[in-house]
Amino acid sequence: MDNIFTIAIFYALATVILGSAVLVVTLKNLVHCVLWLAVTFIAIAGLYMMLDADFLAMVQILVYAGAVCIMIVFGIMLTRRRDMSMSNLNNSQFRAAALVALLTTALSAFMAFRTAWTVSAVPVPPKTVEAIAELMLTKYVIPFEVAAILLLVALIGAIVIAKEVKAND
Amino acid sequence: MINLPELGIGVTHFVILSTLLFGIGLFGALAKRNAVMVLICIEIMLNAVNINLIAFSKFITPLAFVGQLWAMFVITVAAAEVGVGLAIIIAIYRNKLSIELDDFDWLKW
Repeated sequence: MDNIFTIAIFYALATVILGSAVLVVTLKNLVHCVLWLAVTFIAIAGLYMMLDADFLAMVQILVYAGAVCIMIVFGIMLTRRRDMSMSNLNNSQFRAAALVALLTTALSAFMAFRTAWTVSAVPVPPKTVEAIAELMLTKYVIPFEVAAILLLVALIGAIVIAKEVKAND
Repeated sequence: MINLPELGIGVTHFVILSTLLFGIGLFGALAKRNAVMVLICIEIMLNAVNINLIAFSKFITPLAFVGQLWAMFVITVAAAEVGVGLAIIIAIYRNKLSIELDDFDWLKW
């Protein structure tokens, strides 16, 4: 990964990710925020490609840039306010929030620089999907099934919660 | 071709990037009035964690694939979380006609 192109791609992707994430947090219109959120997710998928996780990059685009963004847009439209241009405001404690976020980031970055990573020299095998599939259906079959049940429970729960409740029935 | 081995992209680069992304998401989750925006910022934070997991999977345990597998479970839980979260927000909006988090004060005594 010492190629000059890799370095350029990394910094370009990092700029896109951080820039669009900052726009998500700072823009005043909630719909524009979701559009920039999709840009963030797609750039993160590019980062996964760089990290030899091609299957996860596809999952990222499908689940996040596709499903999650569309679902959030539906949520915004169903809970619509009068003026969409002022739908994303800070609350009264945003200074304290900025302080907490800065301190967390600084501490985490400090620890990241201090840690001596034991980097492995072995490259990632070219076939990632087969390896993930085998792990998922042998060693991690219980978490896999639990995740499936979690999705089912979330589906039923979301329908039950969002359904119109009849009063005095 | 210029060779810059000391500038090579290592695991620290990815960890720093994910730290910055997590900080942005944390600020948004704490400072926003709109409940949907808080959900969006939680998604950003989960994505930052996923970048970490996949970077560790590539650089530290490239043959085990545990990081990628866990990233997939995180994506699953995040999808379930955003579905249920939006359903709760819609149910509250129906009762209160508001999605400002400052108005959600039933549990205050």
